[in-house]
Amino acid sequence: MIRFGTLMHQLVLAAEDTGHAAEDGHHAIEPGITSGALVEWAWLIVIVPLVAAFVIAFFGKKLPFKGWEIAFGSIAFVGVYGTVLFLLNATQGIVYEGTVAIADIGDFHLEWGWMVDGLSIMMYFLVGVVGTLVFMYALGYMKGDVRFTWFFVSFSLFAGGMLVLVSSPNLIQLIVGWELVGVASYLLIGHYWEDYANVDAANKAFMVNKVADAALFMGAIIMAVSVGSFSFNHILEVVVHGENGALSQWAFWAGLLIFIGAMGKSAQFPLHVWLPDAMAGPTPVSALMHAATMVTAGVYLLGRLFPFYLDVDGLFAGDVRNIIIVIGGLTLFLTGFIAIVQDDIKKVLAYSTVSQLGYMVAAMGAGAYTAGLFHLFTHAFFKALLFLGAGSVIHAVHSNNMSDMGGLRKKMPITFWTFILGTLALVGIFPFAGFFSKDEILASIKYAGGHGQDVANFILILGIAGAFITALYMTRAVALTFFGEYKGKAHPHESPKSMAYPLIGLAFFAVTAGWVNMPGIYTGFTDWLATRVPLTGIGDHHAESFDWALIVIVTPLALLAIAIGWWMYGKDKDTQAERDTFRIPVLWPLLENKYYIDDFYMSGIVRPIMGPLARVVLWIDMNIVDGVVNGVGALMKVFSKGVATVDTNVVDGVFNATGAGTGASGSALRRSFTGRVQQYAAFSFVGVIVIAVLFIIF
Amino acid sequence: MDWLDNGLALSLVVFLPVVGAGIVLAIPKAQEAALKWTALIVSLVTLALAVVLAVQFDYSAADTYQFGTAIDTPWIEAINAHFHIAVDGISLPLVVLAAFITVLVIIYSWNHWPEPHNPKLLLAFVLILATGMTGTFVALDLVLFFLFFEVVLLPMYFMIGIWGDRGIRDVPIFGWKMEMRLYASLKFFVFTLFGSAFMLLGFLALYFRSGDTLGYNSFSMIELSEIGAAGAFTGTFAFLVFLGLFLGFAVKVPMWPVHTWLPDAHTAAPTIGSVILAAILLKLGTYGFVRIALPILPDEAVSWAPFIGVLSVIGIIYGSLACLAQTDMKRLIAYSSVGHMGFVMLGIATLTDVGINAAIIGMVAHGLITGLLFFIAGSMAHRFHTRDMNRLGGTMALMPKMGVLLGFAAMASLGLPALAGFWGEFMALMASFNPLEAIGADSMFRVFMVIGAIGTVLTAGYMLYMLRSVNFGEPAEEWVGQEFHDVETSEWLAWAPLVLGTIAIGVFPKIVFGATNDAVVSLVKSAFGG
Repeated sequence: MIRFGTLMHQLVLAAEDTGHAAEDGHHAIEPGITSGALVEWAWLIVIVPLVAAFVIAFFGKKLPFKGWEIAFGSIAFVGVYGTVLFLLNATQGIVYEGTVAIADIGDFHLEWGWMVDGLSIMMYFLVGVVGTLVFMYALGYMKGDVRFTWFFVSFSLFAGGMLVLVSSPNLIQLIVGWELVGVASYLLIGHYWEDYANVDAANKAFMVNKVADAALFMGAIIMAVSVGSFSFNHILEVVVHGENGALSQWAFWAGLLIFIGAMGKSAQFPLHVWLPDAMAGPTPVSALMHAATMVTAGVYLLGRLFPFYLDVDGLFAGDVRNIIIVIGGLTLFLTGFIAIVQDDIKKVLAYSTVSQLGYMVAAMGAGAYTAGLFHLFTHAFFKALLFLGAGSVIHAVHSNNMSDMGGLRKKMPITFWTFILGTLALVGIFPFAGFFSKDEILASIKYAGGHGQDVANFILILGIAGAFITALYMTRAVALTFFGEYKGKAHPHESPKSMAYPLIGLAFFAVTAGWVNMPGIYTGFTDWLATRVPLTGIGDHHAESFDWALIVIVTPLALLAIAIGWWMYGKDKDTQAERDTFRIPVLWPLLENKYYIDDFYMSGIVRPIMGPLARVVLWIDMNIVDGVVNGVGALMKVFSKGVATVDTNVVDGVFNATGAGTGASGSALRRSFTGRVQQYAAFSFVGVIVIAVLFIIF
Repeated sequence: MDWLDNGLALSLVVFLPVVGAGIVLAIPKAQEAALKWTALIVSLVTLALAVVLAVQFDYSAADTYQFGTAIDTPWIEAINAHFHIAVDGISLPLVVLAAFITVLVIIYSWNHWPEPHNPKLLLAFVLILATGMTGTFVALDLVLFFLFFEVVLLPMYFMIGIWGDRGIRDVPIFGWKMEMRLYASLKFFVFTLFGSAFMLLGFLALYFRSGDTLGYNSFSMIELSEIGAAGAFTGTFAFLVFLGLFLGFAVKVPMWPVHTWLPDAHTAAPTIGSVILAAILLKLGTYGFVRIALPILPDEAVSWAPFIGVLSVIGIIYGSLACLAQTDMKRLIAYSSVGHMGFVMLGIATLTDVGINAAIIGMVAHGLITGLLFFIAGSMAHRFHTRDMNRLGGTMALMPKMGVLLGFAAMASLGLPALAGFWGEFMALMASFNPLEAIGADSMFRVFMVIGAIGTVLTAGYMLYMLRSVNFGEPAEEWVGQEFHDVETSEWLAWAPLVLGTIAIGVFPKIVFGATNDAVVSLVKSAFGG
């Protein structure tokens, strides 16, 4: 089952030969754990939530907690297992790949498997820990829901799909997990399917992702066919060895198409449109979907294939990185703006997620593996926290809209204070988690700009501006929700403990998660991620120390944004609309309409296909293609009358005998069409004879 | 074991159903229970035998013919036709599938008798169909193949014509107004007969020409494949023969533009008729390409490949778009077959081991999934008395289990990974990126890959559209307050195996690839040297 050992040794040597791992003085760390029960049984992490989904589906309703206990137990199992692996990887380093053969097809071997290496372990930990807290929260939040049990079926499937994805040792399993997550999200977003608006949101998520998936399929195919294998191990081997073969010939297309796939799941501009609508699902879904699972998949995939994109030899997808960084930069900048004009608190957070994903993708584009994944890591905690906080508020006021909120800080103190911590982490204020990860991303982009990737200099400006925008929209959200007078109708109160404790748990991480990677002080996270199958040491750049030049710009800028935000939205007015004073001409309608991208997709693509195009095809089918057939039939009818009269008496007799069993009901039928069949049959055979003659001539 | 090796077991698999049909016809019409049990037991025994074959099959020699009768078992000596049947890795999954679907169809029929009732005749037809279908998959003699190929025609014709939809079909342009069942059955019959007539011509041409090489005329597929691979058939002759075979098989698949019998036949047929049509009958065509056209006329296959590829991708896009414009649920599922079989044919057109493997798993998967879809659509139409998606809606509220099953089937149909449909679709795309070199149309096939990938998006589009219309939303007023029976026992028994099969093959595709791969690799190697 294990195929490294010597192989890995060679790879490490090869990497050192070409100086890959040696850049910036970072050497491969020798993993201490490459076998043993702990890693060999790690497939349980993947299987347990999937099995749980089935068990809940069949038996959930009969249990005291209606299936929640199984869902929670399975995700807690992942959390514990993930934490153990995480700690062991942090202390000793783990590298393992287990596989099970599922078929051979031509020269290709298909396998299921499970990776246990730095990257996968971080994802197990994230999905498990954030998942556990969110599942706990969901017990209270979903109480009394129309489809409580069904919700936890889909939710477990969702977590399971994500684990299939991040455990994958090959592109096929990745695609399997990828689409499982997609279909589970479809179920969750459309959880309240009585309302077509929710169904449409679910369909939109599925379709946008499917478009991206089609690209991912092609990218994966090109990559696998060029290498002769779906295995990441084999693909990266080719990359690490710098083989100038089929893969390098197709690298640009493979890289681009796979990135388009990543753009779908990780909601990159202009494929981000599904994500804000995905808010139609219950809030715990949003918390998990926007933090640890689903949206991280794209960034994860870029990380998994990182050496291919980093492309030290200039043979592979290095060029694609320029596209990646631009897409990431545009995403973080453009979508952050939209968050400023949203009334729905979940949509503010949704656009914020898109924007933060833009940071991660931009980091990957800049060749900053650690920075991108570090932000993924910290963001998972504070964004889950913010969503759950928002959920807590929504639960209390029975509305998603901030115009129905205000003044909640006193009524919901736990929610308020944890929300503030999450906000500070997101805005990137020292010493909260987001500060470290965002700073590392900006530093990496700056470094890339100074080392030959010219476009990064431009993206750096967007990134810094993005930090300003982030602080602005979060200040607005906090002000409108928690300050001023309460504008809603329901009677808000603090949420129950099962919802409050997860907030506190996540708040802990929102504060501390950044401390695992402080340049010049403690950079354990970098090493944890660097234990990789098949290569150890990733060869990216990471900062040696804090980039003070950036910090003195970004932090004051964020503080300034908070001040401006407070000045604009902090003052209480009679209505929220009056407080909401940001109405610049041109820009405001542009943002309100989300840059008209949705309208373009609907009027430019979806409706023309559903309407005119599909109808034209059907019309052609019924009238032209079929018309030819019917026309031939009509002609035959005319010509065959002569033949038929001779023929009917003889052959119809046989026919009627056959049909005798059909009984009375069949007799009318028989008369009406046996004769006609005979005509056609006769003519077909005449045609055949004509062609037979032709054959004899040849 | 003797009865396995001398072909007895396989012959039983083929002929037991038709014997059963004889018994069924001998039982008085009034004794419905006896009729049903006879048919069920016969089909179950047949399935059990097929499973025994699958278990006993030597997978390490999947490229050889097994369990067969002797190649020279005499049959019609005057034309040197033999009763030669056997299975290899390519036909084995299809034989099992056919036996399997027959059982499920009979179980489902238990209390779903379409008007005008008459279980006796319907069951007899189902059993005759079973013989025709399995026979086609195991025949290694062209005359025998043709015979079985045609045997399926009449029962299906009557099934549609007698038990079919009695709505009125307006035929545009000509202004004909006919009962749906009449129009559809006629169209089905004429189309297939038209195609198979040309196919027969092709067979005869091969027979007469084979004498030049062999010294005697032969209908044996094995002999013809051998001399075919050695280049016995060339030039205009080969072109015309391939044309004949192509017409015969393409109509059956059906490929665009000779597909128009399919939407009518599927829609008009009674539920079990649609299931058999979709699950098995369509595969006779694709199987014919793999078993006959490719190995016997490899050079022609190479030159026809781009053309077949073009028709396939047209079918994929065109079928999907036609689905998007449907309001009739059953017709939507029917059109979806055009798209799905397009993927199968695209796989075959690449002439590679990956592509043909993809085609076979695609055939099996389509059989399971589309079979399930037609079952569900039939049961829903039975309950709602309409298939109009504008009137349906809220099934999840009215019949949650039915809704979940429909959702599952739709997801499987759109090629969700880890379900059976994924492998055929994905591997067909993969093969089109890397088609047989001899075709010399790499870039063209890569364009096919892109178009096929767009097809997967459209497929998702119409399946979601169907789910939205049928499953979700509040039920329309006309349904509120009515009692709807959710999935019944006979339905569970007929459907659960399809669900489990779809998951099993999806998770562990070796169930199919384990049989097919060696056989396909060897076929490709001997025919195309690849």
